[in-house]
Amino acid sequence: MSERSPNGMTQAIAGTNGRASLFSLERRTVGYVSGPLLVAGGAEGVGYNEIVDVVAPNGETRRGQVLEVEGDKMVVQVLGGTRGLDRPATKVRSRGEVATMAVGSDLVGRILDGSGRPTDGGPPLRPAAYRDVNGAPLNPYARAHPSDFIETGISAIDGLNTLVRGQKLPIFSGFGLPAAELAARIAEGASVVGEGEGDFVVVFAAMGVTHREAAFFRRRFAGSAALERSVLFLNLADDPSVERILTPRAALTAAEYLAWEEGRDVLVILSDITNYAEALREVSAAREEIPGRRGYPGYMYTDLASLFERAGRVRGRPGSVTQLMILSMPDDDITHPIPDLTGYITEGQIVLSRELDRRGIDPPIDVLPSLSRLMNAGIGAGKTREDHRQVADQLYASFARGRELRRLVSIVGEGALSDEDRRQLAFADDFEEKFVGQGVNRRSIEDTLETAWRLLGRFPPDELKRIKPETLERRQTMEEGL
Amino acid sequence: MTQTDVRSRPDRGARIDGEIWRVSGPVVVATGLTDARLYNVVYVGEARLPGEVIRLDGERATIQVYEDTSGLRVGEPVEDTGEALTVELGPGLLGGIFDGTQRPLPTIAAVGDDPYGAPTIGRGLQVPSLDRERRWTFVPSVSAGDKVGPGDVLGIVAEPTAISHKVLVPHGVSGVVEETREGSFTVEEPVAVVGGEPVAMLRRWPVREPRPVARRLDPEEPLVTGQRILDTLFPVARGGTATIPGGFGTGKTVLEQSLAKFSDADVVVYIGCGERGNELTEVLEEFPELTDPKTGASLMGRTVLIANTSNMPVAAREASIYTGIAIAEYFRDQGLGVALMADSTSRWGEALREVSGRLEEMPAEEGYPAYLSTRLAEFYERAGSVVCLGADEREGSVTVVGAVSPAGGDFSEPITQNTLRLAGTFWALDTSLARARHFPAIAWGTSYTLYELDGWFDREVADGWSDGRAWALDLLQKEGALLDIVQLLGADALAPAQRAILATGRLMREDFLQQSAFDEIDAYCALPKQRHMLRVVRAAHEALVATVGRGAASEAGAAVPALREVSRMKYWPDEEAEGRASDLIERIRKEMEEL
Repeated sequence: MSERSPNGMTQAIAGTNGRASLFSLERRTVGYVSGPLLVAGGAEGVGYNEIVDVVAPNGETRRGQVLEVEGDKMVVQVLGGTRGLDRPATKVRSRGEVATMAVGSDLVGRILDGSGRPTDGGPPLRPAAYRDVNGAPLNPYARAHPSDFIETGISAIDGLNTLVRGQKLPIFSGFGLPAAELAARIAEGASVVGEGEGDFVVVFAAMGVTHREAAFFRRRFAGSAALERSVLFLNLADDPSVERILTPRAALTAAEYLAWEEGRDVLVILSDITNYAEALREVSAAREEIPGRRGYPGYMYTDLASLFERAGRVRGRPGSVTQLMILSMPDDDITHPIPDLTGYITEGQIVLSRELDRRGIDPPIDVLPSLSRLMNAGIGAGKTREDHRQVADQLYASFARGRELRRLVSIVGEGALSDEDRRQLAFADDFEEKFVGQGVNRRSIEDTLETAWRLLGRFPPDELKRIKPETLERRQTMEEGL
Repeated sequence: MTQTDVRSRPDRGARIDGEIWRVSGPVVVATGLTDARLYNVVYVGEARLPGEVIRLDGERATIQVYEDTSGLRVGEPVEDTGEALTVELGPGLLGGIFDGTQRPLPTIAAVGDDPYGAPTIGRGLQVPSLDRERRWTFVPSVSAGDKVGPGDVLGIVAEPTAISHKVLVPHGVSGVVEETREGSFTVEEPVAVVGGEPVAMLRRWPVREPRPVARRLDPEEPLVTGQRILDTLFPVARGGTATIPGGFGTGKTVLEQSLAKFSDADVVVYIGCGERGNELTEVLEEFPELTDPKTGASLMGRTVLIANTSNMPVAAREASIYTGIAIAEYFRDQGLGVALMADSTSRWGEALREVSGRLEEMPAEEGYPAYLSTRLAEFYERAGSVVCLGADEREGSVTVVGAVSPAGGDFSEPITQNTLRLAGTFWALDTSLARARHFPAIAWGTSYTLYELDGWFDREVADGWSDGRAWALDLLQKEGALLDIVQLLGADALAPAQRAILATGRLMREDFLQQSAFDEIDAYCALPKQRHMLRVVRAAHEALVATVGRGAASEAGAAVPALREVSRMKYWPDEEAEGRASDLIERIRKEMEEL
């Protein structure tokens, strides 16, 4: 899909105007090593952002990325970690290319490490092409507006925060909340309804997850049947943290190939954005950059956007990249810079609640702060159902009111409530238990909306202010007919 | 032949080349550019990536590059164009979509016959902003022998929109018209000769420099938006400035888009600055389908889109705001009312911060550079209602509406605070209203307008408008105070008259202030309808107070069937609003009197 030549490496070398002889030159002038960084001399002919090989004194080769060139000096972040490097014997070898990812359809079914090398002991990859992991920004003019409903089988999402093909939607979670379980459930249950119906290819990128979480994901995504439609990139918590900066880019590059060139619907799951942002901060601090909020670099918004904006659809082409990111909010604080900046980029958010989780409500989705910005484009007659918008609005309004009353009751007691208020209070409880707390059962959108109507049945029609009278009438005739 | 709008453009023969010495993100330091001036455009590297000189320090010139700098090497050449960053102005802007440095995005996407053949943006592409092949029909409005000066109308170009495009005498050109030509021309072909100089339709203007005007006027008319809470409670003046700060999910973009669709401006410049690509796609798909409420023509025909999404290069994001406002000023100079929407100025501020950080400048608050407030002021103060240059004393205006995305939804952060010092209207978006799905989520308690527009509304819409507005603000304020008490003590603690205020307050909030941007009828509410809706709420309140005064319970009053109809007011067609309001008021009074 990009205009560059299919083999990024050839192109990079061809673009150097006869300076190819400089490449694979070894330089022995390492001057500084600390944390994730290394400063070396002899930077002539090395391009900004390119990949270099750092050869440790014991002969082991690690990859590094050039963060800055100045005169004959270059600042390199060493993706494989700097342990064991020294000044006299460490060599830096330039390759004359930016980081690339080997892509191809045979990636599906494979398990790879955080920088895209197979770790499952399978046959070597036979890449169709090498692609720049940074991608190229989609021209907004060439984007198609995402509007195809994805049925996840989860009522709180399908009914109230509908996901569409090509959307980017994070799950704002907290430590100890079942975000991974929810993401796995969505990945297993998601199907596109309507045009281009079918299953998703799941590209999963783990950034700094523990061995326990990795085992969970391997079980869920790489089980016998699921692996046929999954690709796993695993950067574990004890892998070098700087590699985490590469992992989502490699995964998205693979996803883009599958989507734009093979026309497949790809669901990318990134977990955990918080670990990624920590790695970004680590590098920024090592470079002594002026920090923005809470020590995170001032360019974190732009950096996160360069990942998240790689979701979408392209006009006139099949295929799509849908992103679901797991983000653990430090201290459950939604105003922390990581969830905050993410929320400004993504098209909504699913927020998990510790309180609901404690009450045993599964999945513990708090619908009030949750939002899907693309919902309106994906619902209604011909997509889900004509009454979807109104039902969702009514559920929101009644539940918001019920929650408000709960607070009031805790202060003044139930005695002060009117009958209408009492109905709303009872509705809020029922809504959480029966609508949100559906357990492991998958619900079709039809089931979801019918469950909603049953819960709304407790209100007399004139209290359903968000539902148009025509809809109520139709509903009444339909119910009488049954 | 390109007519520049700049008075004196130095003719530089020899080009002085330098070479790259340092690359760090979007910032490149070059040596050898000894003659470069600050804000000159340069081409960096063998890929010829455009950039702007932002600092000169002895031998070294610092450049912010408008494209991804990956792969640039020390020693690659840098070429000085000797010119500042400019926009191209002329026929063909309307309906266009450009990136932050005014490259036309449809042209970039097209490959042969496939309009979307190249869906990603490659590097180093140089495309003229305005189509050089397309021909426009020019009709002169001066004749040979007339004496003209800068800003005078030379002729008219009919664009395929409701707007006729005036071609003005460029700045720095004046004298006797020696020749005019009528017919169809490309933008670069001369259409007149003035004072010995051939004049074409194409103009170029340095984006960072405000275009000159004859004089500024006091803003006295509102920009009518069709949004009830804005027009009735917090109107913005034509030529004024407004700011919309709000955390994520509070509806900034929906509100900006509603304003772009429904405000009664002649031309809308919409800048998507560091925001989501899909949102711009939505505008691109939706606007051609919609019609301008004023002219009935396609909405896209009055719109210019500047799209620099969050994943596009950060330095071009910094430029996008200036590109947008220079285009807005160009249409203002033709005597038009222009509304500029910038979504979001925070992303622009962050681009400033990022470049400033790479320059290792001493940061002020939260890492933003100390000149943040100066830059914001330079931008917002380009809004205004003006008398344009030219003998016919045309009046035009640029209204600026800037969205702000405060970190953590906290309004104490530097961009919100610095913007508040400048903006005449403050529409504060509130997260708790948004979570309760009260949209537009504008907090009436904290929002304000500094424009005195009551006189205009009383004169042009209906006498008593300002009285209604004052009543509504007062009611909301009282209700807010009472709700605080209810939170602590419950509704039982209130006197009956106070409960009447609560009942009306609820009507006011749910049935007047809430407005659905997605409902076909409710999305736009004409001024007379706004007034009639408010009239109903007020009459309901008065009837309720009278009922309570007679000793009836306020709950009984609030439960009369006629009040249920109040929630349907939104869906009344504009032309029926008056009759239906009067009927409804009659019913409410009658039913309450019967209690």
